[in-house]
Amino acid sequence: MFRNTYDSDNTVFSPQGRLHQVEYALEAVKQGSAAVGLRSKTHSILLALKRSTGELASYQQKMFRIDDHVGIAIAGLTSDARVLSNFMRQQAMSSKMAFNRPVPVNRLVSAIADKAQVNTQEYGRRPYGVGFLVIGRDQSGPHLYEFSPSGNSYEYYAMSIGARSQSAKTYLEKHYESFADCSLEDLIKHGLHALRETLQQDKDLNVNNTSIGIVGAPSAHEKTTNVSFRILEGETIQPFLDTMVPKDAPAAAPAPPASADEDVQMAE
Amino acid sequence: MDHFPTNWGRPRNDGFDAYGTYPIAQRPYNGLGNDVFSEGVQRTQQPIVTGTSVLAIKYKDGVMMSADNLASYGSLARFKDVQRLHPVGNNTIIGAGGDMSDFQYIQALLDDLMVEEFTEQDGHALGPGEIHEYLSQVMYARRSKMDPLWNSLIVGGVQDGKRFLSYVDLLGTTYSASTLATGYGSYIAQPLLRKAVEGNEDVITEEEAVKILEQSMKVLFYRDARSLNKYQIAKITGDGVAISESRSVDTHWSFADGIRGYGAQTQ
Repeated sequence: MFRNTYDSDNTVFSPQGRLHQVEYALEAVKQGSAAVGLRSKTHSILLALKRSTGELASYQQKMFRIDDHVGIAIAGLTSDARVLSNFMRQQAMSSKMAFNRPVPVNRLVSAIADKAQVNTQEYGRRPYGVGFLVIGRDQSGPHLYEFSPSGNSYEYYAMSIGARSQSAKTYLEKHYESFADCSLEDLIKHGLHALRETLQQDKDLNVNNTSIGIVGAPSAHEKTTNVSFRILEGETIQPFLDTMVPKDAPAAAPAPPASADEDVQMAE
Repeated sequence: MDHFPTNWGRPRNDGFDAYGTYPIAQRPYNGLGNDVFSEGVQRTQQPIVTGTSVLAIKYKDGVMMSADNLASYGSLARFKDVQRLHPVGNNTIIGAGGDMSDFQYIQALLDDLMVEEFTEQDGHALGPGEIHEYLSQVMYARRSKMDPLWNSLIVGGVQDGKRFLSYVDLLGTTYSASTLATGYGSYIAQPLLRKAVEGNEDVITEEEAVKILEQSMKVLFYRDARSLNKYQIAKITGDGVAISESRSVDTHWSFADGIRGYGAQTQ
């Protein structure tokens, strides 16, 4: 019934000092398709891989606009994400109404992190099964944050979450030092390269399965003067896909050991 | 809302619920003590201890504001050492006319707000624009409860290198201009300020701005029977906020001797 002794109640520590339900929630994030975020001096961007359940189904939405200056990409339970993004929208609106000020991005992220933390401590609740990458722009410039169901939130130069996100992280760690001075086009190119790393062998990024979210001045490929958060999908992302450097012959396949059970194995 | 008419605190009426079908045990008690109006409701009917005009202008380096130190009790000059200019954060000042106890409440409200903002410790601060928006929401909410905060307020400051000057009053009305005045000053001083300032906002130096306000405060002291020849001037520039010590202007009342009603009464 249970894989571990101390995992039926998320508020009870295991003897190793771990909260198993919280760690399972982090696994739920890893089940979701990947999302990648990058930041330069002028822009923050998100890229996400959309999944469809079959030939007849549409692709599942991966990005949400919170306010003119904030957007998120999700990995995990979409329904939990909608609850949290509605909350974020309310926070943004209330800041606009009370102070006529776009809510500072760090406060928005802290607010949902605090909500998630409560679920790890109070009896009878469950953690959220979703992780976010949050991008936004405020008085202190462009930002990128990661939010996770454990109640942690950190700011990053670049980050990835979701299935096989470690491959994308490896790419980002190799290149992140150049991101600060990147143009928007180069930043998106890096993002696409990182996102491509999360794909299975026979798959490729295309206009149907890729979403791009941007905060900052528009690229030459966009037909807009908009600097606020926007989501690019469908044909509009073709020019960006065209900038990608084709993957070299798949001779060196660094296939990670794909075990049948990808779930974590807890120490007893 | 409770849709059962029998719960509305009236004697039972056979026109409604003739057979008492709604279980009595579950009926809310509407007798004395549970009725929010049972002790009567008191709202501000009029201001009691009042401050008079506040004047404010934009000038080359920022915004300058002045108000006298008097809080009147009706026509009695009751308190002569009241500061009506209040700094909020590092680049905002509010000046208040109207009820002084309501102004003290607003000061406490804003101080609490700034403490909350400070404790975030994330480098974001509320500037004059945000303070003014917040105040306008508070003032409008209170007037909508038919319980207004009886003030007219001027919010001035510098934000992102830009001068900010705006007005909000007990009705929640707001407007902006390069010269603002509240109360009696809006009739007497505003035309003088407009003539001196409009079109010259980027030219007027600090010394000139002080002169313009001094002149208007002097005219107000001659004309406004609720004013005092003891006032303060505040300036808000990119460097921050500075409120002067109390000062006064030279006035001459010899002309009044011959006027019936001013000097010694002559038939």
